[in-house]
Amino acid sequence: MRAVIEPIVGRYMSIDLNGRPHRLYFEEAGGGIPLVCLHTAGADGRQFRHLMLDEEVTQKFRVLAFDMPWHGKSTPPNGWENEEYRLTTAAYTDMIIAFCRALELERPVVMGCSIGGRIVLNLAIEHAAMFRALIGLEAADFQSPWYDTSWLNRPDVHGGEVCAALVSGLIAPQSPSSMRNEVLWMYMQSGPGVFKGDLYFYRVDGDLRSRIAKIDINICPLYLLNGEYDFSCTVEDAARTAKNISGCELTVMEQLGHFPMAENPQQFRKYILPILDRISSATSAT
Amino acid sequence: MTQNSTPHDTSSTLPSPAAVHDSDQLADEFAQLPRLLDQEPNLIRRGKYFDARFRIEIGEIPFDVKVDGGRIVTFDRGPFLMRPWRFVVRGTAEAWSALWSPMPQPGWHDMFALTKRGCMTLEGDLQPAMANLQYLKDLLVLPRRLRKAS
Repeated sequence: MRAVIEPIVGRYMSIDLNGRPHRLYFEEAGGGIPLVCLHTAGADGRQFRHLMLDEEVTQKFRVLAFDMPWHGKSTPPNGWENEEYRLTTAAYTDMIIAFCRALELERPVVMGCSIGGRIVLNLAIEHAAMFRALIGLEAADFQSPWYDTSWLNRPDVHGGEVCAALVSGLIAPQSPSSMRNEVLWMYMQSGPGVFKGDLYFYRVDGDLRSRIAKIDINICPLYLLNGEYDFSCTVEDAARTAKNISGCELTVMEQLGHFPMAENPQQFRKYILPILDRISSATSAT
Repeated sequence: MTQNSTPHDTSSTLPSPAAVHDSDQLADEFAQLPRLLDQEPNLIRRGKYFDARFRIEIGEIPFDVKVDGGRIVTFDRGPFLMRPWRFVVRGTAEAWSALWSPMPQPGWHDMFALTKRGCMTLEGDLQPAMANLQYLKDLLVLPRRLRKAS
């Protein structure tokens, strides 16, 4: 019986992040312009597997996605049992830059979703010149909380199940059942308290409203895309964010929610391919 | 749709698309919940460890629901005098009607979209609700099947 071997390759790297040794897992496919993809809170890089299998993308882009420490196949640093995991803006930013430098990626594009979208905004504020383009999916400078995160990590509620049940509503009802349940499976697999620790960045440490207007898209183009069914990062949140960035474009994605690249890859590519084409065309012209 | 940094009509500013806002009519739909659950063996399976007595309010009409091992064993339509419950889900008629649309509109498509919007609440001892959240959410959208069938 023949098997289909996918072109996605996974590797581990040993890397110091914020002064501590880490073992980081990442996957990649394709060649050309480096496109670093950042997964959502409490999930991992598998969310981008469809993009890595899309030849229209991989013939021009080297698509990479790393599992953040504590996520997916990237283990927590030694001593994790003696601390509460909390993602911060500074640590997240440094992690992305360290990953790009470790692989000697030349002016990569960074595309992040949800917390990944929020940190992309911070990259645009603080490090725009390092990047060829930035893409924020479900990205806003701030958004209102819609549940109490203390439910995410307590012994009388299964953490994986409750995380998945909460985010299940963020998936558009039109998304295929198989894709919906794959997204939820990743949430069910997340380690205890990891989703909650990511949301510390999202809700407490990562409010960018006072700094968002500093973004200059002439230094690095910034594209925002938002699914219409996302009630966590709403279209209004993204529109407010775009409005405060001179010249920034927002694309509203119909029939998509908070996980566009994973919940409905066919629908997502309608929106992301034209943007990737613009980025590759701009690269060719220079 | 692409736009250039201009605000536009979004999900949470849209009026409810629901056609039915009558609590009595919606309660009649919700009253079919035990029959609808009987047709969902996988949902019953996933609720195997869910035992709780809770209240659902469709507009001003309360229902007393007791679930044991994922099966509904008590299901009464109010009004009631002094019935206990561990948690209660209260929604406006507009909220339930929108949630049960065959293809719900953005911002009206999930219990927590509705609580964020302010037209649904989840109150009381939430532990059994949160420990069985996907079951509870899936249970409460079963009336959507009636709209799909019609």
